[in-house]
Amino acid sequence: MAKQKIRVTVNGIAHEAEVEPRMLLVHFIREVLSLTGTHIGCDTTTCGACTLLLDEKPIKSCTAFAVMADGREIMTVEGLEKDGKLDPVQDGFHQEHGLQCGFCTPGMMMTSYALLKKNPSPSEEDIRWAISGNLCRCTGYVNIVKSVQYASQKAAH
Amino acid sequence: MATEPRTSPEVGGMGHSIKRKEDARFIRGQGKYVDDIQLPGMLYLDIVRSPYAHAKIKKIDASKATAIPGVLAVITGDLLKQYNLHWMPTLMSDTQMVLPVEKVMHQGQEVAAVLATDKYIAADGVQAVEVDYEPLPVVIDPFKALEKGAPVLRTDKPDKKDNHIFHWEAGDKEGTDKVFQQAEVKIKQDIYLPRINVASIETCGCVAHFDKAQGKLTVWMTTQAPHAIRTVFALVAGHVGLSEEKIRVISPDIGGGFGGKVPVYPGYVIAVAASVLTGKPVKWIEDRIENLQAASFARDYHITAELAGKKDGTLQALRFKTIADHGYTDAAANPSKFPAGLFHICTGSYDFQKAFVEVDAAYTNKPPGGIAYRCSFRVTEAVHAIERMVDIYAHQLGMDPADLRKKNFITKFPYKSPFGFEYDSGNYAGALDLAMKKIGYAELRKEQAEKRKRGELMGIGISSFTEIVGAGPSKHYDILGLKMFDSCELRVHPTGKAIARFGTKSQGQGHETTYAQIIAEELGIPAEHVAVEEGDTDTAPYGLGTYASRSTPVAGAAGAMAARKVREKAKKIAAHLLEVSEDDLVWEPGKFYVKGSPSKVKTIQEIAFAAYTNHPQGMEAGLEAVNYYDPPNLTFPFGSYICVVDIDRGTGQVKIRRFVAVDDCGNIINPMIVDGQIHGGLTMGLAPAMYEEINYDADGNIQGGSLMDYLVPTSMETPKWETDKTCTPSPHHPLGAKGVGESATVGAPAAIANAVVDALWHLGVRHIDIPITPPKVWAVLKEKGVAE
Repeated sequence: MAKQKIRVTVNGIAHEAEVEPRMLLVHFIREVLSLTGTHIGCDTTTCGACTLLLDEKPIKSCTAFAVMADGREIMTVEGLEKDGKLDPVQDGFHQEHGLQCGFCTPGMMMTSYALLKKNPSPSEEDIRWAISGNLCRCTGYVNIVKSVQYASQKAAH
Repeated sequence: MATEPRTSPEVGGMGHSIKRKEDARFIRGQGKYVDDIQLPGMLYLDIVRSPYAHAKIKKIDASKATAIPGVLAVITGDLLKQYNLHWMPTLMSDTQMVLPVEKVMHQGQEVAAVLATDKYIAADGVQAVEVDYEPLPVVIDPFKALEKGAPVLRTDKPDKKDNHIFHWEAGDKEGTDKVFQQAEVKIKQDIYLPRINVASIETCGCVAHFDKAQGKLTVWMTTQAPHAIRTVFALVAGHVGLSEEKIRVISPDIGGGFGGKVPVYPGYVIAVAASVLTGKPVKWIEDRIENLQAASFARDYHITAELAGKKDGTLQALRFKTIADHGYTDAAANPSKFPAGLFHICTGSYDFQKAFVEVDAAYTNKPPGGIAYRCSFRVTEAVHAIERMVDIYAHQLGMDPADLRKKNFITKFPYKSPFGFEYDSGNYAGALDLAMKKIGYAELRKEQAEKRKRGELMGIGISSFTEIVGAGPSKHYDILGLKMFDSCELRVHPTGKAIARFGTKSQGQGHETTYAQIIAEELGIPAEHVAVEEGDTDTAPYGLGTYASRSTPVAGAAGAMAARKVREKAKKIAAHLLEVSEDDLVWEPGKFYVKGSPSKVKTIQEIAFAAYTNHPQGMEAGLEAVNYYDPPNLTFPFGSYICVVDIDRGTGQVKIRRFVAVDDCGNIINPMIVDGQIHGGLTMGLAPAMYEEINYDADGNIQGGSLMDYLVPTSMETPKWETDKTCTPSPHHPLGAKGVGESATVGAPAAIANAVVDALWHLGVRHIDIPITPPKVWAVLKEKGVAE
């Protein structure tokens, strides 16, 4: 299949690549750029393990094509830590035991990060609604909610 | 009640909620799951699957597929047959097709596999393979499957003349029948636990790499039991040259297991065969739809349950008859001697005089399985049935379900059940009382009575479950003959840090943290300085793996015992260093000191250094130990859960208002992790109780084959779980621990179902099968004339 050139900035680094138009964004991120923190959990945009930020908005990268990201900015879980400093969301998930197997965690954190950018002091209901497109099989969400609350409070200080 | 820590927070032994070590990589997106493995020259495998539930394969035409640039081969059953690899044994000593040569037996079954240089090209190849099928009669209903004259499905077994797999029974049939004949009260109820899938967020897959030069096969795979898998590979493929010392199975980070990553799936075997044939690394990762349609299912038990007892609420006898639907082969993951797992824990928390249980299993045109869904071998089936039945019994007598439970609780431990289990310890009334107090049971009953007068539907449901985990004592428990011990190999380094390797494999349970805490507890070496490794069969000691809540009861015990061996040697070294007799030494976490002279002391770090630099003459250098722990008994965690529901008469929607879970898992290693396990377990109890079900139409078409239809609970449906504990240590476990990962999944569904039926009992509703969905409830409300 004929390839198409795309230019994408991922975690602040500009990339140029030739990709098939049918290549999913998640495969581009994981396999072309080797950023394997973004995971794949379903085929139906249900589980949210592949969530990343496209122009600051959380999207499920299993249902976007890589060519759709041409000329745009992406942030993945690998971009959360800056200058050796964890993002409050990462710290929150660690402190509040918001992860177990870790598979949903990157997507869950990206959704939470986007929520806190938009709404720095979300209520529990706000958090539950925001993460309702991300499935977790391990935690029962209780500690994920606490993790986001922790991050919200930490960022405020 | 919390376990009182004996060590300082810096040491972080048992009872400390230390933060998890494994988080460091996961929160940075640096976990290494199987799909993250990329090897140079790696090939991709994708699978052609059957659209039919039962069909003869007349022809497979791969010519269009192999014509696609990048498609290297299409692997069929005929090819595997040349190596006698087209069938494989299941863990229950049945047989399963790797790839078919004659016919397919369920929708979604593997038919052929495409090997290509790229995953997209492999998918193109799958589309291009043309298969000519001749549909055969489909058998979906296990009851019909067992009728005379039903089409015989396993035509590959020359002697098989029906679809009956096994009959298994336990208990005293005659004695039980006799109690039933004379009983004042008898109740009977059909209870169905439908097919479900564990749907771990990571699906199954592997990367197989056969190094032709060395003749060594390395397989990274999503397995909960890497060592047993290595042995299975060696046994199944020994004839094609795979010798066990040249097989390395690595279980990398696992994105949730819950039982679904215990079996050997055809995809693994095809990928291994493809790698052996090509000498290249081969990756196979199933997608979610394949996972839901073909990976092992759980449950599918049709139970006819009966209880007999007195009018005063005393329970006397229990009789369960069950039809188990195993799909086209018995690929359950049970200990070999127990084809129905530990279903005979079904007398639960109650003191029955007599009990009898029987299970008959049937072949149908469905995917194989019979694995656990976060439970220890059919325990959820047992608990759901007994807890529903106890509630029905109470309601029928007009007794409060809490009172009836308390009247019949086992109170003396150890307790020998009618099926021969020896319950190690318990305090069932203690857990129930705490749950009732925490939720305000008496006030809720008052509120319910008032609401009922107004026509509002509110229910309160209790589940006082007893789990049975930690399989198991080698006398009775094995898988394919491999005894169900587990292991720890502990090495203390010269600077007093340590590495501990285990035969289990975490899938999110946090072993890197909790096992380190066990070593910290026993040796006083800070948990942060105890590295834990598992999952690599080249380095870890042999063990049977992580499932059935056996990690802490079995491997955790091995860790404690290995540490105690190290401590014994450390004592000898300390005696040498302090120039006293061993009998004069006193241990406290992290050091030996001379009795009466606490200042004459050697820390474990000093002793470790001496073990390599100044060990006594005649003693071997080094400080390490191995323990293979064969548990003397199973452990029996328990708890009481209370659920409060409100039912919408307009929609049939059940809203869980509160859910209080009181668990008792004995002594606790890490309270934070235990709470996390319970939260997750409760959510996987909620899921089948209200949302999840995989069923089939009459032609064998799956009805819930993607996450669009198979409803895994989100944060919106999941209640705000309230948890608490009682603590009744196991008397036989070296740490007094019992295991906790599955208790909540086992106990929760009955609490929810009991609450719903409690809300509707006065309308004449006696039972509703799970999942309790709004349409199901609304139909009941309509039938009873109360739908709005």
